[in-house]
Amino acid sequence: MSEEKIKLSCSGLNLWFGKKQVLKNISIGFPENKVTALIGPSGCGKSTLLRCFNRMHDLNPDTRIEGKLLLDSEDLYNRAISVTQVRKRVGMVFQKANPFPKSIYENINYGLKINGIPSAERPAIVESAIKESFLWEEVRDELKKPATRLSGGQQQRLCIARTVALRPEVILMDEPCSALDPISTLKIEELIRKLKEHYTIVIVTHNMQQAQRVADKTVFMYLGEVIEEGVTDSVFNRPEKELTRNYISGYFG
Amino acid sequence: MKKLNPIFEWFILLFCTGTVCFFLGVILYDLVSKGWPVLSWAFVSKGPTAGMTQGGILPAIFGTVMLTLITAVFSVPFGICCAVYLNEYAKDTWLTRLIRASIRNLSGVPSIIYGLFGLALFVQSMGMGTSVLSAGLTLGLLSLPYIITTTEEALRRIPASTREAALGVGATQFESIRDVVLPSALPGILTGVVLTLSRAAGETAPILFTGAAFFIAGGSGYLNQEFMALPYHLYMLSTQHQAIEQVRPIAYGTALVLLIVVFFLNLTAFYIRYKHRNNE
Repeated sequence: MSEEKIKLSCSGLNLWFGKKQVLKNISIGFPENKVTALIGPSGCGKSTLLRCFNRMHDLNPDTRIEGKLLLDSEDLYNRAISVTQVRKRVGMVFQKANPFPKSIYENINYGLKINGIPSAERPAIVESAIKESFLWEEVRDELKKPATRLSGGQQQRLCIARTVALRPEVILMDEPCSALDPISTLKIEELIRKLKEHYTIVIVTHNMQQAQRVADKTVFMYLGEVIEEGVTDSVFNRPEKELTRNYISGYFG
Repeated sequence: MKKLNPIFEWFILLFCTGTVCFFLGVILYDLVSKGWPVLSWAFVSKGPTAGMTQGGILPAIFGTVMLTLITAVFSVPFGICCAVYLNEYAKDTWLTRLIRASIRNLSGVPSIIYGLFGLALFVQSMGMGTSVLSAGLTLGLLSLPYIITTTEEALRRIPASTREAALGVGATQFESIRDVVLPSALPGILTGVVLTLSRAAGETAPILFTGAAFFIAGGSGYLNQEFMALPYHLYMLSTQHQAIEQVRPIAYGTALVLLIVVFFLNLTAFYIRYKHRNNE
C-alpha cells in the first residue's frame, strides 16, 4: 500500500461537540482511486470523521475542529478555498436518500446550475451522470417526474448521480445502503466498484460483509480513535488488535 | 385503574363530537336560512341605499378585499423572512429565545390592543390618518406572529438531510434555503398564510379606530381614505344602526357573505395541502 498516492488525509484531527470530544487525534490517509471503508460500533465517530472532509460541521456552532485536513496538498479548512468549492470537489452521499423535491432531471441539473456550469453543457452531463449510476434504463422516459416517486434504491442511485455529475475528486458515502433492501444494496455496491476507477471513495458502513465486498482498505474506529487500519483482507482475517478481532467477530457493536 | 367499558368510552367521544357539530350546525343553519333570501347579484354588486335599509354591500366587500391584500403584502414577506432568520440562521442564544417567546406571546394579545396600537402608531404618529393603509398595516401586525410561528413550524419539519442535500452539491446556505428548503416548506407556509389572512379578514376590533367607516358611497380605492369592511359593516348594522330591526336581513346577508369569503380562503388552504400530498 505504501506506493499509493494519498488523495485525502487528516493528521492530528481532534473534534469536540460542545465539551464532548468525539474524535481523538486521528491521522489517516485515503488512497486515490480506492475504496476505503470506515467501520466501528455506533457512536464511534465514523460519520463525524467523514463529515469533516466536506466541512459539513461548518454550520454547527458547537463544533470545534483541530488538526490538518488535506485534499492532495491543499488545506480543506484554509481560507483560500471556499466551503462550496470543497463540497464540489468532495461530494457526499447520505445515509437516507435525500433527493430534492424536484424532478429527476432537476435533481442533477441543480448542482450544475449553482456551480455555474453553462446551460448548454448541462443536458449531456445530466445524461452521462445518470448512465454512470446505472439508472438510465429505468428513468430515461420519466426525467420530468418528481424524484420522490422513485424507489428507495433508485433515489439513492440518483443521489450518487447528483454527486457524480459535479465530477468530484472524492465521494464520501455515509452508510448509503442502510435503508435499502439487499438487491438495491448489491446494485449500489456494484456501482461503487465501478466508480472507484475515477473517484476516491470513503464509505462508512455497519455491514461487515459490505466492507469486505467493496473496500480495498478498511479502518476500524472505536470511541473516537482509529484502532486499526490496513488492507481490507488483512484487517478482517488477520486483525492485529484484540478490539478489532472482537468487533468483526461480533462480540460487540 | 378500573377499565372503562369500551362502548362507554366510544360514547363519550361521540357525544363530544356530536355536541360540537350540533352547535356548528345551528349557527350555520341560522345564518344560511336568514341570510340566503337576501343574497342576490344586486346585493353583492351595489352599494347601500336609503340609509342602508336597502341596496347591497359592494363597498364593504371591496374594502375587505383591499384590506386583506394590504395585510398580505405587509405581513407575508416580513413574516417569512423573520421565520427563516429565526429558524435557519439565528444561533440558539438567550436573545433568540426571548424573541421567539415574545412572538408567541404577541399572538395571544387581544386584537383590540392592536387596534389601539395602530391608532397610536400609524394613524397619529406616522400621520397616515384613518385609512385603509393604516388598518391594513394594523392587521398586518396582528397577522405577523401567526405567520412567523406557522412558517417556523413548516421549516422545522424539513429534515436536516434536505438542507445537507443542497449543501452537499456546493450550494451556499442561502441557496439551499431559497432553492430547496423554502419550496419544500411552501405548502405548510401557504396554509398558515391563508388561514391567518382569513382570520384577519374577519377581524373587527383592529380596524375600528384605524380606518373602517360607517358608510362610503362606492369604493374609493385610494390607500389614504377610509373604507367599509364586511365585519365592521355587520357590527354596525347589528348594534349601531337606528333601525336595527329593519336592516336585520341585510346584516344576515353580510354575515353569510363574510362566511363565504372566509370559507373560500380556507378551501384554498385545503386545496394547497391536498395538491402537495398528491405530489409526494
